[in-house]
Amino acid sequence: MWVLLLLPFVGLLWVPFFNFAEPSLFGFPFFYWYQLAWVPITALLIWLVYRSRTPDEAQ
Amino acid sequence: MSDQIEWVALSVFVFFFALVTVMGFFAARWKSGPATEQHLDEWGLGGRQFGTWITWFLVGGDFYTAYTVIAVPALVYAVGAYGFFALPYTIVVYPFVFAVMPLLWKVAHANGHVTAADVVQGTYHSRGLELAVALTGIVATMPYIALQLIGMGVVIKAMGLTGELPIIAAFIVLALYTYSSGLRAPALIAFVKDIMIYIVVLVAVVLVPWKLGGYGAVFAAAGDAFAAKGGATGLTLKPAQMLPYASLALGSALAAFMYPHTLTGIFASKSADTIRKNAILLPAYTLLLGLIALLGYMAYAAHIKVDTPNDVVPALFKALFPSWFAGFAFSAIAIGALVPAAVMSIGAANLFTRNVWKSYVNPDISHAGEAAVAKIASLVVKVGALAFILFLPTQYALDLQLLGGLWILQTFPSLVFGLFTRWFRAEALLLGWAVGIGWGSWTAWSSGLKPLATINIEGVSYVFYVGLGALILNIVVAAVATLVVGLISPRAVATARS
Repeated sequence: MWVLLLLPFVGLLWVPFFNFAEPSLFGFPFFYWYQLAWVPITALLIWLVYRSRTPDEAQ
Repeated sequence: MSDQIEWVALSVFVFFFALVTVMGFFAARWKSGPATEQHLDEWGLGGRQFGTWITWFLVGGDFYTAYTVIAVPALVYAVGAYGFFALPYTIVVYPFVFAVMPLLWKVAHANGHVTAADVVQGTYHSRGLELAVALTGIVATMPYIALQLIGMGVVIKAMGLTGELPIIAAFIVLALYTYSSGLRAPALIAFVKDIMIYIVVLVAVVLVPWKLGGYGAVFAAAGDAFAAKGGATGLTLKPAQMLPYASLALGSALAAFMYPHTLTGIFASKSADTIRKNAILLPAYTLLLGLIALLGYMAYAAHIKVDTPNDVVPALFKALFPSWFAGFAFSAIAIGALVPAAVMSIGAANLFTRNVWKSYVNPDISHAGEAAVAKIASLVVKVGALAFILFLPTQYALDLQLLGGLWILQTFPSLVFGLFTRWFRAEALLLGWAVGIGWGSWTAWSSGLKPLATINIEGVSYVFYVGLGALILNIVVAAVATLVVGLISPRAVATARS
């Protein structure tokens, strides 16, 4: 599960993957809404890892 | 911008400033237990008892500073997409916080550590490494406090107040309640500050595009302006900007929680789980930051013209909001400067007390004595930052803040690696720190204090954040030196000696 924490690094630091204007969403070019979308996605991924920890890790 | 005093805005501003001042002084009694004994844990860490919500407000109020609210939209206004690196930066920081900071908290909690340098000294038993980490923290924090003053100065100027007296007055008030209440003051004020900032930003991101014809129109206006402006600006990155963008985001994220003010928030929390929950909840502020950054584009749609990009946000608020709400927004930004400035001075004071004064001047100092020294040190740090702003050109603070970011990043191996492995040697980490700081400062200096370095590999030149380059060099040097030291003096001897 801990590997989920690496996804935001891959998704946000590999810039050529999202450096586009289209498709836009609600007037936001792709470059902007894609990165903003990673905010809730990252929170969700961290929450998933948080939930999946074994009890001896939890304290 | 007009020099007319905006009386309505100013009255709202004075009201909120007075409110948080009263709160700042009353904070001394907030959540103080029956043990009223003077102890640095009480003044400098608020009693190590802050739960999830207090930590969320405190770290949020402290990491997303007033200067951010001014400077990020200013950069976005000036260059476009490139200024958005703050967004990936403040996202990828949280997986890191989740994975690493609870471990750091556990070490600090188990051993009564108050600062990063305490943790390093506890792990490696090296006075040299402890001093290196402590001094880096103090030196990197000073210009950061100065930047908060610049942020406050921008909004005070927007209300028509000129001269340096208002800033001096605000800072004296801040210094006094930090002195008397310690970390409890910014923790309590952070509630007010963050709620105000949330209100301002939510109103701005709904109302402003509505007045200007929607987000499509906002982006179109900014796109046209950049097309006319030319150069390395635009709504998306130029190919040559991609590596700088990604390396600035990653380097800044790794540096963010090496600063004394962010670590103070970590050490002050009640449990490791408090920190884990905050890694899930703090990204809410990042969403806010992304929307704040867009204010830079809204300025184009609103046809705002400013002399310096830093005036973009106040000018936009003055143009689009009624005077009372502009005053509310300016108060939010100014109070937003007080919280981080207080926590930064406390973090720097803790470092000075624990790792300079206690280690070198008075090793037998009592807990009450530590608290007394730290209180005085916090005053000295703040007066220093104020003098910086009053007597030196603003550009110096910006340049030093830039260098401070690359310096603080060089403490990363000493602080973080020890949580996972004891393989590295203290001497080697110290050498890596020195090489990283030396190469990084020299490179930044020789390129005219730009945060970017260029290297050529087989005819292709790569441009990247100098701090991240220095960190990689730092780690390589530390690893090689650890191997070399291991050959010269095997570990058993070293362990017995320490």
